[in-house]
Amino acid sequence: MTGFIGKRALASGISLIGLVILVFFLSRLTGDPTNLYLPLDASIEAREQFRQLHGFNDPLIVQFGRYVMDLAQGDFGESLQQARPAMEVVLQAFGWTLRLALITMTCVTVAAIVIGSLAAFKVGGIFDRIATFFSLVGASAPDFWLAIVAIVIFAVNLHWLPTSGTGTPWHWVLPVAVLFVRPFGLILQVVRGSMITTLSSAYVKTARAKGVRTRSIIFVHGLRNAMLPVITVIGDQAAAILNGAVVIETIFGFPGIGKLMIDSILLRDFSVVLASIMISAVAIFIMNLLIDIAYAMLDPRIRY
Amino acid sequence: MTDTRIQSDPKPRGPFTTWLSMLWADKLAFFAALFLLVALLCAIFGPWLMGDLATKQNLRGRNAPPFDLARGWLMILGADALGRPLLPRIVVAAQNTLMVAGAAVLCSAVVGCGLGLIAGYSRKRAAQWIMRLGDVIMSFPSLLLAVIVLYMLEPSVANIVLVLAITRIPVYLRTTRAEVLEVRERMFVQAARVMGASDRRIIFRHILPVVLPTLLTIATLDFAFVMLAESSLSFLGIGIQPPEITWGLMVAQGREYLTTAWWLSFWPGLAIIGTTLSLNLLSNWMRIALDPAQRWRLEMRGRKND
Repeated sequence: MTGFIGKRALASGISLIGLVILVFFLSRLTGDPTNLYLPLDASIEAREQFRQLHGFNDPLIVQFGRYVMDLAQGDFGESLQQARPAMEVVLQAFGWTLRLALITMTCVTVAAIVIGSLAAFKVGGIFDRIATFFSLVGASAPDFWLAIVAIVIFAVNLHWLPTSGTGTPWHWVLPVAVLFVRPFGLILQVVRGSMITTLSSAYVKTARAKGVRTRSIIFVHGLRNAMLPVITVIGDQAAAILNGAVVIETIFGFPGIGKLMIDSILLRDFSVVLASIMISAVAIFIMNLLIDIAYAMLDPRIRY
Repeated sequence: MTDTRIQSDPKPRGPFTTWLSMLWADKLAFFAALFLLVALLCAIFGPWLMGDLATKQNLRGRNAPPFDLARGWLMILGADALGRPLLPRIVVAAQNTLMVAGAAVLCSAVVGCGLGLIAGYSRKRAAQWIMRLGDVIMSFPSLLLAVIVLYMLEPSVANIVLVLAITRIPVYLRTTRAEVLEVRERMFVQAARVMGASDRRIIFRHILPVVLPTLLTIATLDFAFVMLAESSLSFLGIGIQPPEITWGLMVAQGREYLTTAWWLSFWPGLAIIGTTLSLNLLSNWMRIALDPAQRWRLEMRGRKND
């Protein structure tokens, strides 16, 4: 197991290094942040001083060398926008996104598994058809459109829910509900497909013939064995939210990592961009590791 | 004596009719195909037929509400902030929306499939490199890549297609490779090799036809995904730029008028859902129709089982 984790960490580490190098140079090519941060009428000396202070005058390769040296000492640079250490800014935003992802994915997983299993139990029945249709619609709906429709209905017309911020639990309802829809549709389809295959296998038929109760056939015999493909999709969807639900976070003014990433790219806050890429990469790595461990726990035949 | 002969069809049917009747057997897929056909026709002929109507401003009809026939049938879906009727705008926007997604899917499918065939067939150093390349692309947050590249290179149609195509290559690469690894061990491939067929002949005449149906199904599904991605980019303002229009951009433009004119964002969003839903339904149907082991489900449907 440790050998497996080590190999994975090495592979991820190498691609992360490549990624950081690529983004470092690509983002520098988008232009000089000086004009964005100083007022239009700032004197040439002030501009020069700003560039000097943040080291934008040196050749790119020197800037990169300095960045790597700082990184080796655990310094991720400073956010131009907030004048705080970049890592602090990123971790704070990541905390918000992590909570958002956890809440959403918990709801999605429970709902999709219960409804998907019940749909698979009677294929072609009325419940199955309704569930399948709604999962397809859910998987097809663009999240930004759902967000807008939800805002119009629940915030503008009914005045039930607030549209942006994170102050009270009520603020979380709309973002979670909108983020819920697509993963729910996708995971429900996988649960249903996988359950249909499992429920037609010999040991389920045996259990049925022995007179085991329906509920325990579905949730004990069926579900555990149908979970492997489901876990992969859950992981993918969770990773997508962790990677920044950019659009949703932007619409609802949610201070998560997706919004931070896009803001810092637009404002050329390079250290924050790089720090948030590293944090997402680490999060995705841990996520994939957890999925592999879950695999091994569910299916004793899997060894690493 | 009972008649045990299998009743055969009175006349042999051509391949086109066969496919059509298989499509008809799955009603949802049939209507999905119909919807996509209409969308496609809009994309091809829309700008030519309605191009002028879609850009004609009419300040007296600003944010005109939908379902008001007094202004003529073109205004049935309402009008936008400059009084341009929404129906023709949606029809015209179909072209950009479908073209960007179609081009991106085509590029990524061709490149991904080509690389996947090499990676699956050769098993050499090159294969390792190709797979690592796929992993790197996969580990990159694709929207972030899109943002950086589009911010740097000016958001033009070609660049958007390029970015979307690159991020989707791994999907085809991995699927093709996995299929090739399995197919290359089958008997007919071995036989072809023993008979002295060249590598190129084996790949294109024996392996590719087996892999192609799977790829077609995935490409259909992916078309929906790419369309949503393009819409998100346009929505964030780094996709297609005005005065060009796509459905995603129309949703974004309507956002400002959310409190007063919901229809500005609603209809284009509905067009996106309709198209992606149809693609999903059609892809489900294709998965069955292109699989010889499952095709009977569609061929038997509607006929009595006696």
